[in-house]
Amino acid sequence: MYEILQKEILSDVNKLMIVAAPAVARKARAGQFVIVRVDEHGERIPLTIADYDREEGTITIIFQEVGKTTMHLGTLEPGDELATFGGPLGPPTGVEDYGAVVCVGGGVGIAPLYPIARALKQAGNTVISIIGARTKDLLFWEDRMQAVSDEMIVCTDDGSYGRKALVTEPLKELLEQRDGEITRVWAIGPAIMMKFTALTTKPYEVPTIVSLNTIMIDGTGMCGGCRVLLEEGAQFVCVDGPEFDGHKVDWDNLLARQAFYKEEERLAVEAWDHKCRLEGALEEEGA
Amino acid sequence: MSELTKRERMQILRQEMPTQDPLVRRANFNEVALGFTEELARQEAERCLQCARPQCVEGCPVGVLIPEFIQALREGDMVGAVKAMKVKNSLPAICGRVCPQEVQCEATCVLAKKGEPVAIGRLERFVGDYELAQRTCPLEGGEQTGKQVAIVGSGPAGLTCAVDVARQGHKVTIFESLHSPGGVLVYGIPEFRLPKSVVHGEIDYAAECLGIEICTDHVIGRIFTLDELLEEYDAVFLGTGAGLPSFLRIPGINYNGVMSANEFLTRVNLMKGYRFPEYDTPVKVGKKVAVIGAGNVAMDSARCSLRLQSLQADDGDDGSEVHIVYRRSRKEVPARAEEFHHAEEEGVIFDFLTNPVEILGDDTGCVRGMRCIRMELGELDKSGRRRPIPIEGSEFEMEVDSVIMALGTSPNPLVFVDAEGLKRSKWGTVVADEDTGRTTMPRVWAGGDVVTGAATVVSAMGAGKQSADEINRFLQGEIDPW
Repeated sequence: MYEILQKEILSDVNKLMIVAAPAVARKARAGQFVIVRVDEHGERIPLTIADYDREEGTITIIFQEVGKTTMHLGTLEPGDELATFGGPLGPPTGVEDYGAVVCVGGGVGIAPLYPIARALKQAGNTVISIIGARTKDLLFWEDRMQAVSDEMIVCTDDGSYGRKALVTEPLKELLEQRDGEITRVWAIGPAIMMKFTALTTKPYEVPTIVSLNTIMIDGTGMCGGCRVLLEEGAQFVCVDGPEFDGHKVDWDNLLARQAFYKEEERLAVEAWDHKCRLEGALEEEGA
Repeated sequence: MSELTKRERMQILRQEMPTQDPLVRRANFNEVALGFTEELARQEAERCLQCARPQCVEGCPVGVLIPEFIQALREGDMVGAVKAMKVKNSLPAICGRVCPQEVQCEATCVLAKKGEPVAIGRLERFVGDYELAQRTCPLEGGEQTGKQVAIVGSGPAGLTCAVDVARQGHKVTIFESLHSPGGVLVYGIPEFRLPKSVVHGEIDYAAECLGIEICTDHVIGRIFTLDELLEEYDAVFLGTGAGLPSFLRIPGINYNGVMSANEFLTRVNLMKGYRFPEYDTPVKVGKKVAVIGAGNVAMDSARCSLRLQSLQADDGDDGSEVHIVYRRSRKEVPARAEEFHHAEEEGVIFDFLTNPVEILGDDTGCVRGMRCIRMELGELDKSGRRRPIPIEGSEFEMEVDSVIMALGTSPNPLVFVDAEGLKRSKWGTVVADEDTGRTTMPRVWAGGDVVTGAATVVSAMGAGKQSADEINRFLQGEIDPW
């Protein structure tokens, strides 16, 4: 069992947890993920490592409550324990001095982007960060990203904070203005955002690395449920990724695969809501 | 019962195993074979001729003392039967269920020459189940030696090796990548063939008795490398199996509804997807399922599919079908005869001499069908089976909405991160001595599917046992093979 040491509510739906996992923390590197299972009836979900502290023996995860498992996880408090916290999985990000790089983070994708931006900065790169979310409340870690970036652009879809734009707009401007200067782009966020980021950079032929978050079970190459179609054929996100060349990903196939269990996800959320309401009612009755 | 003559023993008919009716069982996940009653077991035990040179033992990969345990059984001495069993086999409730006895001990049983062999497997299961419930003779570890052994993987090879090493007093730690120990016994083999309570019962019992530590969620290669294990432990055994699924190299494999048997079975077995939403992991099966391949894993996938379809159907028959699509003929089916038979009994449809060439999708990215080609059998190939050859112009479309690929598996390379000294074959398997499991890396042994490629539970157990023997001799300073 893995104890939750700290919890931070970043927004209504985004939560941060610091989990005690010394052996995982000892090896963790930017770009890797952990497989989390809340309890004995739980499913296994991959969550990218947002930060790690080798001395404290902790891993930081940030998740958005989008389904039953993340909703359940969100109800846990410090002192509670997770049934599974396996990792670090996936090969770490290849970090070297590329020159000037752009790190694009969308919504909860800002979390896994942060350690990568930090590592890139430490390796000597000029880091330009673009972070965005649907609305102000969904933004977090602006300060952290600022601290590891040479330049920073913040935007929201609805204009409630920073620039009113999708992340692809400032990215396109940067690529136009500094043609040839920017050598690499990282993009982490919802699949649709990564798709359009890759489409934006393609005409400029700037290598664009995306970190895919697909459905997984084991996270070690065993089930193949996470497979993604690249130009060269199918690959496994868990062991061949999670980072891929965004220009080679078949995004429509990826988006279709992510939606395969939509109906079951809806049922699970319904059952969870029902359980929570029932427990709430019982508590009130007891009080 | 007074002592019977040989002739009288030979006249007793082989006792049938009570099983769930095929039409009932295809709608539930409960165990198919219900096990012998004490009376059936005693009756069956009477059939054994107690040969002076028992051939059955020769046929057993772990050399179980078969005549001894059967003799005790027919004398009603259950504790004696358990004791005899445990000399060589620490996991009888598992072996009794999943070993292919018909090609091992029962194939070499002297009675098999003239008729039906003693039902050794069923008797083994009877003894194993008795011991799981009664715990009459706990395994004992020898005096603590202070030596430490790491076992990577908790499947049949790793478990067997762990038990045999721990029995000599060495401290054993098992590292398992998933959240539950058992390897293929828990993620692969379905509940109706091997109840998970039996697997966990055997593992917990052995681990408790021998003080074996089991670290789940530990992916070796990531959390620790092999080199790091060698710094901490005196010896390492790799029993990481063959976990990587193969997919056909045809167009359309990434449509929704196409999955590896590994994924499908893991969802069903390890994650208990058949009890969704009580358990969180969903598993989806269509109304027309095609399982590609005809090995044991294919049979398991097909039979799980049938059960899921029954659970999904509101009432009775809703026209659902499960097909096994195999490029060779009935004769070449590689699954155990019993599994093949059970699948047929339950209503799986077999499409022999048929090979998929393309998976077809609809505009939402889901499978809608499969284009196949008919095959015929030609000359013998290297495997000694007749080579399937496509019949030109015989292509046709098959309407399916789920495709499960059960085409074999290969070793997971994750464990080999930073393990340069460990020689591997071009197929990714570990090169190890056939009799001892000794690898090219000092203090490292390997056995089971990671060495042989996908094979059987009992051959993995046999390999685990052989390696344990040599690890024990090495730790006692009797040998130093490097």
